[in-house]
Amino acid sequence: MKPAAFKYLVAETLDHALAVKAEHGDEAKFLAGGQSLIPAMNFRLAEPALLIDINALTDMAYVRESGDGAIRIGALIRQRTLERDPTIARHQSLVREAAGHVAHPQIRNRGTLCGNLAHADPASEQPAVLLALGARLRSQSASGERWIEARDFFVSLFTTALEEDEMLVEVELPALAPRTGTCFIELARRPGDYAMMGVAAVITLGEDGTCVDARLTYCNAGEVPVAADRAARSLVGERIGDEHLRAAGDLAREEISPTGNAQASEAFQRHLAAVLTVRAVKRALSEVGKVEGGG
Amino acid sequence: MIEGLFTVTTSVNGSPYTRVVEPRLLLSDFLRHELGLTGTHVGCEHGVCGACTILFDGLPMRSCLMFAPQAHGHEIVTVEGLVADGDRLHPLQEAFRDAHGLQCGFCTPGILMTMKAFLDEHPSPSEAEIREALSGNLCRCTGYQHIVEAVTLAATRIAGGGRKS
Repeated sequence: MKPAAFKYLVAETLDHALAVKAEHGDEAKFLAGGQSLIPAMNFRLAEPALLIDINALTDMAYVRESGDGAIRIGALIRQRTLERDPTIARHQSLVREAAGHVAHPQIRNRGTLCGNLAHADPASEQPAVLLALGARLRSQSASGERWIEARDFFVSLFTTALEEDEMLVEVELPALAPRTGTCFIELARRPGDYAMMGVAAVITLGEDGTCVDARLTYCNAGEVPVAADRAARSLVGERIGDEHLRAAGDLAREEISPTGNAQASEAFQRHLAAVLTVRAVKRALSEVGKVEGGG
Repeated sequence: MIEGLFTVTTSVNGSPYTRVVEPRLLLSDFLRHELGLTGTHVGCEHGVCGACTILFDGLPMRSCLMFAPQAHGHEIVTVEGLVADGDRLHPLQEAFRDAHGLQCGFCTPGILMTMKAFLDEHPSPSEAEIREALSGNLCRCTGYQHIVEAVTLAATRIAGGGRKS
């Protein structure tokens, strides 16, 4: 199908884009990669009156290390860049790993991380990953800026904490603690499809090898990216062995709230969450020390 | 300025084109209807089938998931641009013909553009890598087996300097 008619503006500066958005509110949409927005427009599920194209704002295409070891990613960074950027590979390999599962290379060449997050599809990979990493997101409007924690950003299905005059302009990934390992695993029918279930694991060990911090988050497991906090807490204080892995998987199975779909029933999704939790934590443990933290 | 119509100047297969279009015109339709380059096929129009894949500033992208004005000032290569000199086919196209990598041919332009970029980056790919790279392009005829063989054949020929073995 073809999209409904709309007006089109190429933003020349970020201030320009934000001023126009403030004026037009919800009638206007920002166009970055467009890899979720344009299909929705082609189906006429979305019919914005005005598109504000931000692709010319190339100064927002950056991956930057900030002083405290955190990594900042600008609004025009494409998913494909995350797969290849050496800074991301060295410090935040979880984001790189997940990026490789986002749709197909042709889509990743165009789609942006920030667009993906602002779209807030709970089946999408990066929202769960950012939740696991404790990321912060910076939004900007004509009247100012603010930081939003990842856990507060995803409100419900396709709905974020962004106000209608705000743009998500930057993501900040805090430095991983020393002796942290990460892993993202998903199971999909074909590479590039939405996952039937996906899990991100971030595991930190103390000097004696016991787990001091654990985060487990899931995609396609509810209305928003879901954190299984009880499952994660069950690992803390343990020298993680097979019985802890199985117990964490069992807790995660109950803690998430998948709805089931044509590809996987709710029961199968829960089963997958348990199995993938075991695998993801095991692999995260084997990755401890391989990621360069900032500390 | 907020425009009702937009003047697009873009380079397609090395030639400059200027057209005045509605912003909602999909890049795939721009190529086909405005420029007459009907080699780019349109299947699903929501980014799933891959038939409309083109090279946008050298990278494979879905032309159905971009608007024509977004091509302004950028370089596009379509399947028509694979033929470098006269009517001599690109080694990938020759390999697809020789290895029976197509039946109805509807998906073929998108697959060729995807595989062109893939082989530029992975000159000697494994079968698993080829299959993963193909995952964003649907083919309902071949069962993919002959497509994989064609890509393998093309890689071998390109590595050997473009000669037929």
